[in-house]
Amino acid sequence: MLGVAWYLISNTLANLEARRIASGFAFLWREAGFEIGEAPFQRYSAADSYLEALVVGLANTFKVSLAGIVLATLLGAAIGLFLVSANRLLKAVSRAYVEFLRNVPLLVQLFFWYALITETLPPPPGALQPLPGVFLSNRGIFFPLPGSAPVLEGFNFSGGLAITPEFAALLVGLVTYTAAFIAEIVRAGVVSVSRGQFEAAHALGLTRALAMRHVVLPQALRVIVPPLTSQYLNLTKNSSLAVAIGYPDLVSIANTIINQTGQAIEGIAVIMAVYLTISLSISVFMNWYNARLK
Amino acid sequence: MNRLLSAVIGLVIAFLAWKFIDWALLHAVWQPDSSACRAAQGACWGFIAEKHRFILFGTYPYEQHWRPALACVILISMWAVSAIRLFWRWWLVLLWLAGLSVIGILMWGGVLGLPYVENERWGGLILTLLLSTFGIALAFPLSILLALGRRSDLPVIQALCVGFIEFVRGVPLISILFMASVMLPLFLPAGVSIDKLLRAQLALILFAAAYLAEVVRGGLQAIPKEQYEAADALGLTYWQRTATVILPQALRIAVPPLVNTIIGFFKDTSLVVIIGLFDLLQTIKVSLQDPAWSGRGVEAYLFAALVYFAFCFAMSLYSRSLERR
Repeated sequence: MLGVAWYLISNTLANLEARRIASGFAFLWREAGFEIGEAPFQRYSAADSYLEALVVGLANTFKVSLAGIVLATLLGAAIGLFLVSANRLLKAVSRAYVEFLRNVPLLVQLFFWYALITETLPPPPGALQPLPGVFLSNRGIFFPLPGSAPVLEGFNFSGGLAITPEFAALLVGLVTYTAAFIAEIVRAGVVSVSRGQFEAAHALGLTRALAMRHVVLPQALRVIVPPLTSQYLNLTKNSSLAVAIGYPDLVSIANTIINQTGQAIEGIAVIMAVYLTISLSISVFMNWYNARLK
Repeated sequence: MNRLLSAVIGLVIAFLAWKFIDWALLHAVWQPDSSACRAAQGACWGFIAEKHRFILFGTYPYEQHWRPALACVILISMWAVSAIRLFWRWWLVLLWLAGLSVIGILMWGGVLGLPYVENERWGGLILTLLLSTFGIALAFPLSILLALGRRSDLPVIQALCVGFIEFVRGVPLISILFMASVMLPLFLPAGVSIDKLLRAQLALILFAAAYLAEVVRGGLQAIPKEQYEAADALGLTYWQRTATVILPQALRIAVPPLVNTIIGFFKDTSLVVIIGLFDLLQTIKVSLQDPAWSGRGVEAYLFAALVYFAFCFAMSLYSRSLERR
């Protein structure tokens, strides 16, 4: 085994030398030289280093994952409760939603949402205005902020809160896809609580909604939380598909850096280290939460 | 209250369904005529009609398209046969070996008067099916070894298996595919290169093995301790016990979750698009680059969704029928 490792390492070193690539992480301090479409929390320009570019990518990964987890939980819980609702039509519609969304690859869904936004929405001068001050266009979605409303300037809007088509497609795709899985988990959790609990609550005079809220859901939560954790992890890992539609997440930026510098091993090591850290942190947090619930 | 809710939902659904039918059927263009499409209000299915050969078969030589088509039929039939419990016998392995050999001959050719086609030209549906089939077929034995290793008493083996499984499950598939496409070539001596398709396939196998191993482990954990003790009492060695007593029971228990993992894996093969392999999704993407048909992404990806849905939904119905038994 050591022999194999030595063989691979010596091959790698020879290859790196032949390609004139210096191994190590020193390249991180060199100038990146490329612009990034969105940098949520910090200033970034092409003159900054590769390290700063990676930090922007990480921030973008966190931004879309956190927003995705919150929205997918809300949507998934709602659809999960619809799946056990007494209303047949509501049940059938939510079942169809879950079956369709779960059985189509997320990547196809992301391409679909991206195409829907960039191909069917009008350009900014003719943007749709579903609510006053909110604009939908193929260059993004614009919301008014207090003290700053989006205003059309030339061919695009400025001011307000701008959501790029890439971010919007990624967020919508991640949320609707993950919600289908969360809905199934919530349904299974509710079903796992015995019927007697519902009946007892009913006998106490609680309505269906109150029984669900105060009796069934607290018990169902024990069953729901562990698989929910892995859905949160999946969503975070799936946000790496951003690279396919051009949202500058960590993987996307690292990919650009690999292509520019040839530092493939270091670039992939950075991606993997970050995701392993996130995975471990989420499972540690969820284990703690589970222990508290018991 | 309930009726009112039904009425409101019914109206919303009816409105959306009517809008969709109006776009997808009533005002749609079905002929492969790009100028008619540009004038139309509805969907442009003519795009699919025009490009369906390329979408399904990629850059495979046009007059030889019957070969990947036949290969797809054989592959899907073999999956269907393998789904039937009655056929879970040892000869199924022989059937698969024979079937895969026929598919290999069909796809590569070079014998029996079939012109040779290098695998750089394979693409479309058959590539998606082959990546999934070989991914599962080779990952499955590996996953059994990993699951057994994870429960092994030997600390080194256990640590290696746990490490591998947790590592692969902790990182996104795309990073493993990047590893295979840009990092693996660095490991090889100068002058030796592995085909891009093979590298992606290798990454997919390792990825699938880690996930399947956890399902197999679930099956192993469901076997009561008495089974192990009974086998030991008969004087069986570790491998005899595992092969004849434990695994046959554990794998039967694990079949429904295995099918679910396979569905997930089938969907995940679409990620090879990102490293530039010509699977079903890539041929659709490339078709969209034709300037005559630009801006047809919505129709194209709906079509892709339907194809994937047909395969995945069939598998998930099968998995549910197994659970009901």
